[in-house]
Amino acid sequence: MALKPINRKADRMVTYLEHQGAVPPAEQMAGPVDPAGANAGVDENAEDVVALGGRLPEIPEIPHIPLGCSLVFAPGWEVDEAGGTAGLCQPVERDLFDCHLACFWPAHVPDQLNHSPDWTGKCAAAQNDWRKLEMIFP
Amino acid sequence: MSNTAIASPPEVLTLGEFHSFQAEDATFLYLVPSAAIFRMDAPSLAVLEALGTANRTPAEVVQRLADRFPAEEVANRIDELLGVRAIGLLGKPAPAPPDMLPPKGFPLTTMVLNVTSKCNLACTYCYEYGDDRIVEADSKPRYMDLETARESVDFMFEQGGSNRLVHLTFFGGETLLNFKLLKETAAYARRRAREVGKEVDFSLTTNATLLKPEIVDWLAENRVGVTVSIDGPREVQDGLRVFSNGMGSYDIILPKIKDLLARHRTRPIGARVTLTSKNLDVKQIFTHLTEEIGFWEVGFAPVTSSSCRDFSISDAGYDHMLGQFEELAWDFLEAACAEQHHGFSNVKDTLEEIHKGVSKAYPCGAGLGLMGVATDGDVALCHRFAGSDEHKIGSVSEGVDVDVQYDYLKKHHINSKTDCHTCWARPICAGGCYHEAHTRYGTTGTPNLHFCEWVRSWTDTCLRVYGAISERNPAFLARFDA
Repeated sequence: MALKPINRKADRMVTYLEHQGAVPPAEQMAGPVDPAGANAGVDENAEDVVALGGRLPEIPEIPHIPLGCSLVFAPGWEVDEAGGTAGLCQPVERDLFDCHLACFWPAHVPDQLNHSPDWTGKCAAAQNDWRKLEMIFP
Repeated sequence: MSNTAIASPPEVLTLGEFHSFQAEDATFLYLVPSAAIFRMDAPSLAVLEALGTANRTPAEVVQRLADRFPAEEVANRIDELLGVRAIGLLGKPAPAPPDMLPPKGFPLTTMVLNVTSKCNLACTYCYEYGDDRIVEADSKPRYMDLETARESVDFMFEQGGSNRLVHLTFFGGETLLNFKLLKETAAYARRRAREVGKEVDFSLTTNATLLKPEIVDWLAENRVGVTVSIDGPREVQDGLRVFSNGMGSYDIILPKIKDLLARHRTRPIGARVTLTSKNLDVKQIFTHLTEEIGFWEVGFAPVTSSSCRDFSISDAGYDHMLGQFEELAWDFLEAACAEQHHGFSNVKDTLEEIHKGVSKAYPCGAGLGLMGVATDGDVALCHRFAGSDEHKIGSVSEGVDVDVQYDYLKKHHINSKTDCHTCWARPICAGGCYHEAHTRYGTTGTPNLHFCEWVRSWTDTCLRVYGAISERNPAFLARFDA
């Protein structure tokens, strides 16, 4: 191989490529399956075998995901087609973030460029923190 | 209508995800997210350059480089770069990393036991007592009792599962305020280890104010790893590490540390420095602690605080600190090439991770291989959250609540941190310390965005040091294989 492997992960990739003659699978190449420090004292090759032999997680049946919001006359934005909120194109709590830019039904949010740059400062993950969004009086 | 068959469009090459860096006139790629490092040769670099300006088909790349490299060589490099995923095919992204949680029953490697929450110092910046504390001091017993400590040891061996060796770290408050318990707990842990056929290793962190000859003897006899929290020379140490009457602690601890270093020879002894806006002269502190006092290793960590405290480090301060880290890192390189010891542990730890090619799903082992136990036996993510009901994942008497633990693991997985998904440093950083995030953003799940530039810059420095060592003294890196 003309590319020279430098660290141990690179060695393992080259070994794999030379043995398989194929593009390695995601388990080998992608990496983040090992929690930090979990490798300590573990034979890496044995771990690879375990990773390759292990079953991939079952992929749950994916619900239909519409592109954008619902049609104009469909009961759409507040409820989904089953009358609930589970099938909306975005979780309702994220509407403020996801519907104020290019959305068909734009949500009205404070001016975050000039007057309220920190409006979302306490709301790192909208689904958890939406209650922390404060009302703004211009 | 024409009968001509529609040829499938040729495959188009595009750059993959990597960070390139240079060392000793060579160019290396740090591949993301695999964390593999390859040294490039001229044709490989030319392929990357050609794809850097536009996506091209293999034939176009070969054609473009025809006056510099034979077609066969270029085609070979394209294959190799595709193989290691430094480049990819347009419209066919590499398979996403599997979104897997660690298996249930993941073994505990390190248990941090908060033997007391009381401290005889009153350091202004302390995360346990300062303005950014998350646990009110009077909400839990101030001292752990022996029964809880024994239950904790039993819990540790049970959670340790298949691990033959477990680490028990004593922590506080000031750990040595509860030395009596510490001694009894260590003896009990030794006995239990023999009974269950495992090994246990001890360490502790102390502010050194309470060290005395009999304690030092006990530490040495029991091979207890000792880390001393100290911030530097007298004027630095006495600025923030003070007794509650405001008196500095330097003159009290210096003779005790010298005694410790002279008589505790069974384990290397390290210093742990908290950097604040008031002590950013990293090189001066390092020299003082290693050459003048004699610590084997020194690790530095910027203070965890809200950005508004007068000791919190400003952006300019971080830049300054990083500059000093870099200078020490280059000193480390020279020492490594000369096969000499250099005690800058920040760079050593990062080099080890780079060498192994770790690609982390979590920034640390908190709540997984590492757990913190509060004085009342509640088990938290790590020692920094010990005693916080919000971050409790179980108790030593009832065990870990696996549902709470896995809920937490799901929420903190790198795949849940959208901000990190385009960052090349994520295999090593994975979003950073949960406690830091909690202090800054009020939640452990947010990546530490205020650190990003700094982390990338520091990772790049360590990669360059790593690359330089691999060129000048590759034998040095073999010690990380152990």
